Amino acid sequence: MSTAVTVPLISKPLRPSGTGPASWAGSAAVFIAIMALWWLASHQGWISKVFLPTPEATWLSLKNGLTEGELKEFTWATITRMFEGWLLASLIGVALGALIGISANARAYLQPTLEFMRPLPASALLPLAISIFGLNPNMVLSVVAFGAMWPVLLATVHGFAAVEPRLQEVARCLQLSRGAFVWKVGLPNALPDILAGMRLSLTVSLIVSVVGEMIASQPGLGQAILLAARAFRASDLFAGIVLLGLIGFASSALLAAFEKRFLKWQHP
Amino acid sequence: MTDPVDSHAVAAAAPGRPKQGTAPSGGSALHAVKSVGAKLRPWWFPVAALGGYEWYARTIGKNSDAIAPPTAAAKAFFTAITDGSLWGATGFTLGAAALGLLIAAVLGIASGIVLGLSKRTARMAFFSIEVFRPVPSVALIPLSMLVFGFGLRMEFSIVAFASFWPLMILTQAAVQQVEPRLLEVSRVLGLSPAQRAFKIILPAIVPRLFVAMRLGVSIALVVAVTVEVAANPNGMGYAMMIAQQSMDPGLMLAWLFWIGVVGYAINFGALRLERWVNRRMGAVA
Repeated sequence: MSTAVTVPLISKPLRPSGTGPASWAGSAAVFIAIMALWWLASHQGWISKVFLPTPEATWLSLKNGLTEGELKEFTWATITRMFEGWLLASLIGVALGALIGISANARAYLQPTLEFMRPLPASALLPLAISIFGLNPNMVLSVVAFGAMWPVLLATVHGFAAVEPRLQEVARCLQLSRGAFVWKVGLPNALPDILAGMRLSLTVSLIVSVVGEMIASQPGLGQAILLAARAFRASDLFAGIVLLGLIGFASSALLAAFEKRFLKWQHP
Repeated sequence: MTDPVDSHAVAAAAPGRPKQGTAPSGGSALHAVKSVGAKLRPWWFPVAALGGYEWYARTIGKNSDAIAPPTAAAKAFFTAITDGSLWGATGFTLGAAALGLLIAAVLGIASGIVLGLSKRTARMAFFSIEVFRPVPSVALIPLSMLVFGFGLRMEFSIVAFASFWPLMILTQAAVQQVEPRLLEVSRVLGLSPAQRAFKIILPAIVPRLFVAMRLGVSIALVVAVTVEVAANPNGMGYAMMIAQQSMDPGLMLAWLFWIGVVGYAINFGALRLERWVNRRMGAVA
């Protein structure tokens, strides 16, 4: 089976052409209108307050949780877990991907198995990891790292496989060693793919961290929102969702900025 | 913009090339052996890994509650096939994923067309979309549990949320790349917006829609299983959780394998469908 990498498609926002002050005002107006609708729907009782807390109550939960309650530690725990898992995944993914990608033979033997593993949901590995490692933070971290490794690994393999043949010839003529070839030709060539894979793997890290916290009762936002829902504390639940949304937003914005800076050499 | 999927697919098809040059010109028997060898290559690694694991589970890990040899998993797998539990859970997961994807496709394609046609709407919605899109789908599991309780509705609503965003954005991109002259024609003919959408835009973006749908299919399946693992007591993900909790590692591995097979088969089928549509409708520009 061929390896159509879908990675780069996923989370590039389509920035509209005109982003002047007028369009920002329009954008903000729409957002404020949605918030106003939320306010109306909860205050008028269109949707029961059990499910939809008022914006004020959510804000209050958020503020109290972050200043006095445990929400700050939970947020921090989730962010740490996500980034640790992501860094592990990126390092292992790039290293393994370079090892496999450099050799056409290794690719022929291993790539079909990797392609088979790729669509496997990372969360499906949680039960397996629980039975092997038990319920502890390292179990969740290992699943986060393993699940988030695939996009990076496959992107790296692909990036190495797609090295322009003439560059390989040049490398042969210059008698570059394998290590030098990886470092000077392979990795730079695979970099756009790797960064796109890392972007996807950051999303996976956040998702698996949250699911892991839910199942394994590890402190974090995943556990916090699950407990809030079970106790019908809708405003706490919404506060957690808002925080998770912020984490997702901030991390992908950060990575986009990083990517832009890192790939500047490609677009002189 | 060239389509990233297709440039990748083309590039990925290429790596065979250095190998072909080194094909031996020696006897045809040798050649046949080599080509059979090449066909077997993808199987060496999984067979060796499974064999090694079987050996490990039968010797060192014999007394473990956590692992089981692949043969035990195979036995559990066939039991699950014959008693029908396999098909029920698979049907539930696939049904929830399909239903969620259907909702996401209708809403996502409709709003993608609107955003793609009107620059002003796209600008107005930009901020709100960027605010709501990064919310991880799993964060909505507790909310949807609270609203719908356990069952089909909580699952497909989360699947719909997760696959809605990429579908909408890819549709928007597709519409923005529709040949402008087609839109001019529709203006000259005085088509109504609905006619324009159904007679000009939709046919023009069909190949790209299938690319988007393939992505949606893989997201929907992953999210459905995730919801089941995390909360919903139905489907394949839950069956796997239960097997783990009842200390039945064989059955758990059987489910893991089956989830992998189903995911692979569906992704493969979607890819085939996309290629077929591409051939019929002309390749994506």
